[in-house]
Amino acid sequence: MATTTIAKILSWFFLLNIVLQLATTSFAFQSDELLVDDDEFGLEGGRLPDPPPETRPVTSARRRSAESGSDLDSKIQFQLEHAFGDSDFSPAGTFTARLKTWPNGGQTLTKLRFSRNALSQTDKENFKRLIEGDDFYQIRLPSNLLNQPGREHVISSVKARCLSQRDALDEHFVINMDGVNVLGVNYGAPGSCQYPRVSRPPTKWSFNSHTLLKYSNEVLRTPVFTEAVLGENGEGEELKPPERSFWAKYWMYLIPLGLIVMNAMTQAMNMPEEQGAGQPGSQGPQAISGRGQAPAVRRRN
Amino acid sequence: MNMAIRVYLLLFLALSYSYTAFSLYEDQVGLMDWHQQYIGKVKHAVFHTQKAARKRVVVSTEENVVSSLDLRHGEIFWRHVLAPSDVIDQIDIALGKYVITLSSGGSILRAWNLPDGQMVWESTLPGPKASKPLLLVPTNLKIGRENVMFVYGNGFIHAISSIDGEVIWKKELASEGINIQQLIYTDGSDTISAVGFVGTHRFGTYILHAKSGELLKYKSMEFASGFSGDLSLVTDDTAVAIDSVGTSLVTIQFHDGLISFHQTRLSHLIQNFRRAAVISPSNIPGVFILGTDNSVTLIKVLSRGELKVVEELGHATAVSDALFLPGGQQAFALVQHRDGKILLTVKLDSDDGTSNLLEETIHLDNQRGKVQKVFVNTYVRVDRSNGFRVLIVMEDDSLFLLQQGEIVWSREDGLASIVDVKPAELPVEKDGVSVAKVENNLFELLKGHLLKLKGTLMIATPDDVTAIQKMRLQSSGKSKMTRDRNGFRKLLIVLTRAGKLFALHTGDGRIVWSRLLKTLRKSETCQSPRGISLHQWQDPHHHALDQNPSVLIVGRCGDSLDSAGVLSIVDAYTGEERNHMEHVHSIAHIIPLSFTDSMEQRLHLLLDANRRAHLYPRTAEALDIFQRELGNIYWYSAETDEGILRGHSVQKNCVLEEADNFCFDSRDLWSIVFPSESEKIAATAIRSLNEVVHTQAKVTADQEVMYKYVSKNLLFLATVAPKAVGPIGSVTPDESSLIVYLIDTVTGRILLRVTHHGSVGPVHAVFSENWVVYHYFNLRAHRYEMSVIEIYDQARAENKDVLKLVLGTHNLTSPITAYSRPEVSTKSQSYFFAHSLKTMAVTLTAKGITSKQVLLGTIGDQVLALDKRFLDPRRTVNPTQAEKEEGIIPLTDSLPIIPQSYVTHALKVEGLRGIVTVPAKLESTTLVFAYGTDLFFTRLAPSRTYDSLTEDFSYALLLITIGALVVAIFVTWIWSEKKELQEKWR
Repeated sequence: MATTTIAKILSWFFLLNIVLQLATTSFAFQSDELLVDDDEFGLEGGRLPDPPPETRPVTSARRRSAESGSDLDSKIQFQLEHAFGDSDFSPAGTFTARLKTWPNGGQTLTKLRFSRNALSQTDKENFKRLIEGDDFYQIRLPSNLLNQPGREHVISSVKARCLSQRDALDEHFVINMDGVNVLGVNYGAPGSCQYPRVSRPPTKWSFNSHTLLKYSNEVLRTPVFTEAVLGENGEGEELKPPERSFWAKYWMYLIPLGLIVMNAMTQAMNMPEEQGAGQPGSQGPQAISGRGQAPAVRRRN
Repeated sequence: MNMAIRVYLLLFLALSYSYTAFSLYEDQVGLMDWHQQYIGKVKHAVFHTQKAARKRVVVSTEENVVSSLDLRHGEIFWRHVLAPSDVIDQIDIALGKYVITLSSGGSILRAWNLPDGQMVWESTLPGPKASKPLLLVPTNLKIGRENVMFVYGNGFIHAISSIDGEVIWKKELASEGINIQQLIYTDGSDTISAVGFVGTHRFGTYILHAKSGELLKYKSMEFASGFSGDLSLVTDDTAVAIDSVGTSLVTIQFHDGLISFHQTRLSHLIQNFRRAAVISPSNIPGVFILGTDNSVTLIKVLSRGELKVVEELGHATAVSDALFLPGGQQAFALVQHRDGKILLTVKLDSDDGTSNLLEETIHLDNQRGKVQKVFVNTYVRVDRSNGFRVLIVMEDDSLFLLQQGEIVWSREDGLASIVDVKPAELPVEKDGVSVAKVENNLFELLKGHLLKLKGTLMIATPDDVTAIQKMRLQSSGKSKMTRDRNGFRKLLIVLTRAGKLFALHTGDGRIVWSRLLKTLRKSETCQSPRGISLHQWQDPHHHALDQNPSVLIVGRCGDSLDSAGVLSIVDAYTGEERNHMEHVHSIAHIIPLSFTDSMEQRLHLLLDANRRAHLYPRTAEALDIFQRELGNIYWYSAETDEGILRGHSVQKNCVLEEADNFCFDSRDLWSIVFPSESEKIAATAIRSLNEVVHTQAKVTADQEVMYKYVSKNLLFLATVAPKAVGPIGSVTPDESSLIVYLIDTVTGRILLRVTHHGSVGPVHAVFSENWVVYHYFNLRAHRYEMSVIEIYDQARAENKDVLKLVLGTHNLTSPITAYSRPEVSTKSQSYFFAHSLKTMAVTLTAKGITSKQVLLGTIGDQVLALDKRFLDPRRTVNPTQAEKEEGIIPLTDSLPIIPQSYVTHALKVEGLRGIVTVPAKLESTTLVFAYGTDLFFTRLAPSRTYDSLTEDFSYALLLITIGALVVAIFVTWIWSEKKELQEKWR
C-alpha cells in the first residue's frame, strides 16, 4: 500500500517535472497512467503492435530531443466505442498514445496502447445475439484526436462471427492516420475469416487485441538519368545479340549444307570406283546423280 | 522450273507482307471506323444569302459551336468549337464578310471570315462586373472610315471597328447600378441609346454620341409598381415589361429622353388569364410576344402605348424574328402544331393588321416533339415574288430547313449532346438467309476477289483501285441488321440531353431507330426533366431468348438530387417504350446487381436521397432473389463536399406510411473521414462491372508466379489539397499534394495510401484487372504525369509449388471473403506524359486474354491508345535478358507518344467527353466509341488480330497459290517419272 503511494507520488512528481521541462503546448488531459514504463510498446492482453511504418528517421529525432533536453511529445487518449447491430454506441475501451511533434511541424502518434473495458453481461448477450444472427459488430473512433471527436466519427464494422473463431475473441485494428487525423480504421479478425461463417459463441469473454498504426507512404520515383544514357544503353543492347553461338544462329543453313557436302562426298567416292570399273565416264555418274543429288542441285539453281 | 520458284517466292512475300500491317493504312480509313460531325442545338442563326454563290446560314449552338452550314444540303462548311467556359452569347454578320461572335458573358469578341471560317481578329473586353451581354451591328455606321459595332458587356459599352476589332471608344454605364437590357441605334442618327432598369423600380436611358462615346443625356424615371423579368424592345423608342406582381404590362416610351409609362392589365388583354406570363424574346418591330402557360399571344403596340392583341395562338408555337422585305415591309414566321403535322405561316405585318403571305403544312415524324425556334429567310422566286425558307429547331434538338412545303434537309444535332451510351446486341440471323445471299453474289464475289488480287499484285488501274475501295466500304455486310460471328455488329443505344434515345448501328453509324421519351419531356408535373443514365435492363443470353433486349432509362425532374425520378424501359430492337414510371422516389444512385430473374431482367437497386434502396423490377420473383442475397449487398457513397466516404448495406424493409416490400433501409457500415483542411476528393474509379479477367496469375520471366489481387470491390480514390482545386498554377508545389487511396468498399479497408507531393489535379483514372492508371499534374516537374499501381495478392503467393498444387494443399480454391485481412503488395511507377487529358478509358475484350490499351482522350480531341506495357511498374532502366523476353520495356522518363497510335488517325472528335469500350465476340478485338460534339467509332485490336485474318485478306490469292502448288507438284512428278523412265530405257 505504502509503496504504491510512494510510487504514485513519485510518478506525479516525475510527470510534473516533465511537463515543466517540456513547455509544450498544453493539452487538457489527465492520465492516471505511469509514464516510466512508456519506453516500450506495451499492450495488455496482446502481442506487441508492429511499429508504425514511418519513413522519418525515428532514432535521430529521439536523440535530438534527448540532447536538447526538451521533449516535444505529449500523451493523448481516445476512446473506442462499440455498437451491436443497430444499438447506440457505448464506450468499449481506451487508446493511449504519445503524440510526437516533429521539428518540421508534423505530428505523429507513437507507442499506441489499447485497453479494453470488460464486457458487461448485456454486452455479452448482445454479442451472442449478433453471432446467432450473423450481424455486424460496429466500432468507432474520433476522426480528430486533438479536437475530439472531430467532424465525425470513423466507423468500421465486421461480422461478429469473424471475431469469434477461436475460444476468445480476436480483434485487429489498423488505424490509418494523417497527422492527428484518423482517416479510417480497419477492424476485423487478425487473420482470415473463414467462409461460410460458423456460429460459435466464444467461451472466454475477453478480447485479444492487436493494433497497428499506419501512415501514408510517399511515392518514390525511380530516377531515370538522361535519355542520352538510355540511348547509349539501347545501342549497346542492340550489339549484344551476336553473342549467340554461330551454330545456334545458322543451324538451319548448316544442316542442308552438311547434307549436300556429304552427298557430294559419297558421289566423289563413287566416281573413281565407277571410272575404275571401266564404264563410259559420261553416263554412269549421271544415272546415280539422277536419283541422289539432282533434286538438291536443282533447288540450288 | 526456275521461273516457277520465283513466282512462288514472290507470292509468298506478297502474302507475308499483307500480315504485317500494324496501324492503319491510308486506304483503310473508313473501313471499320466512322466519324460523324454535329453542331448541337441551334441558339442563333444568321442567314447569308445575298449575292454569295454558296448560300449559307451561320449558326451558334448550345454546344458552343459556331458553324456555317450549306443551305442546300445542310452540310458543314466550317465549324469552330469553343471551350465549354466560353459560352457564345450573340452572333451576327458584319461587313457582309465577317461572322461576329460575342462570348464569355460579353468579354470576348471574335470575327471569323465567312467563306472559310478563319479567325480574323479577336478582342477581349474586360470589365469590373458581369452584365447582360449585348451586341449591336449597325449596317452602315462609320466613324471616320471604319464601320463600327457596339458591344455591351461587363458594365462597359464599346464601339469596335469591324475591320480589325480595335476599340474606338468605351464608356462605363454601370456606375449608376443600371442593368442595361437593350442597345438601340436608329439608322442614320448619330446617337446610340442604352436602356435598362435601375434596381427594380426605375427605368433609365443613356443617350451617347455614337461617334465619340460622349454621354449626351441620362434620364431615369421611377415606376411605382416595379418591373419583373426582362425588358423587351418593340420599336426604337418603345419597350415593354411586366410589372413586379405580374398582373399588368407596362409600355415604356422614351423618345429623346422623355420617359412615359403606360400600364395595361393583362386580364383586359387576354381572356381567362391566369398567373405567370412571360414576354418571349423576339425582334419584330411593333409587336411583341406574350407567353402564358396555355397560349402564346401576339400583341401590337399602338402609337400612344396602347396595346392590341393581334392574334392568340396555341401553346406550342414558335415565332421568328422579323424579316425585312425589299419593299420596306416586314414579315415573320409562325410555326404551330396541328394534328401531327406542323403548320408554317409567314405573316406580313403592316400598320393595318397582318395578312398571311404563305401557309404550308409539313409532315414531320412524330419523334421530334415541339418546335422550339424558327428562323426565317427570304429569296426571290423564279416569278420575282418573295419566297421563304425557314430553319426550325425541334424539341429533340434536330434542325430542319423547310422550303416550298418540303423538308429540304434535316440534321440530327441532338447527337452532339450524348449523356450516356450502352451497347445492345442485334437479332440473331435467321437460317438460310445468309446462304441465299452468298449464292446470288457468287459472281460478284469472284469478281471482287479478282480485283483484290490485282490490287495486291499492284497491277490494278486507278479505276480498279477506286472500285476496290468502294467494294471494301460496302462489303462484309457490316451494316446488316443481324448479329455477326465476330460480334462487330451491334447497336449503340444513346441517350441525349434532349431526352431522345437513338440506336446507332456500329457498322456505319446510321440511326436505326430513335424515340423521344415521353417521361423525359417537359410536363406539368415534371418541369425540367433530365436524363441521367442508361442501364442494361434485359439482355437475353441463355433463356428468354424470344424476348428482345431492353434498356432502362433513368432520369429526374430537376437538377437537385431529391427531385422526383422517372424511369422508362425501352426495347432495344424496335425502340418501343415497354413500360414507364413517372414521379417515383428521388434517384441518387443506380446499382445494377449481378442477379437476373427468369426473364433475364437484371435486378437494379435505386438509392434515393433519403438513403433508402428501392428494388426493380418490382416482381415477387425479383424480391425473392434479392432477399436471398440480402446479406451480400454492399455499396459505397462518396460525399465530395463533406469529404466522407461511407459504406452501406441493406438492412430491412422501410417503415413508410404505406407498406412497400420493394423498399429497404440502408445502414452505415463504415466511414472514412478525410481531413477537411488537407484533402478534398478529386476523382474516383472502379472496375468496369462487366470486365473479364482471364488469369489470376502472372508468370514473370524468372519463373515466379505473382497472383493478381482481383477484386470487384476495390475503389481508387484521389484527394488533392483543397487549395489546389483551382487551375494549375494557383498553388505552389509545397502547398499541394495528391493522395491516392485504394479502398475495399465492403469493409472500408484502406489497402494503400500514398502521397504525391507537389502534385495537383485534375485527376483522371482508370481501373482495370489489378491495376490503376491515373493522370495528374506534377507542379515540381511542370509536367503532366501518369502513374500506375499494380496490386498483387500475397496470401496466395506461396502457391508456387507444383507439388502443393498436385497434393491440393494450396488455398486457391478456398472461398474469398472480404472480412479476411488481405495481404496485398503494390508496385507503382510514375512517368511523365506530354498531353493533358479530357477523359480516359481502357480496352475491354470478351475473355480478357488480349493485352490492354489505355485510351486517352487528349486535349486536342483525339483518342490515343497507349499500350499498358508502357505503364508497367516493373520497367527498369536495364532490364535483364529474361525480362526483355517477357516484354518489359526499358524504363524511360516519359511515355512515348507514337503518332500511329492515334485511334482517331487524322480526325478530331470535337468537344470529346467520353470514350466507351465494348468487347466484340472476337477475343482480339474491342469496339471503341468516342463521343462529344462529334461521334467516332472504330475497332481496336490491342495485340493485333491474332485470331482472325484481316478483312482485306485475299482468299483468292491463297486459293491460287494452293492451286499453283498442286499443279507444280503434278508437273514435277510427271516430269521426274518421264525422266526416270527415259533413264531406265537407256
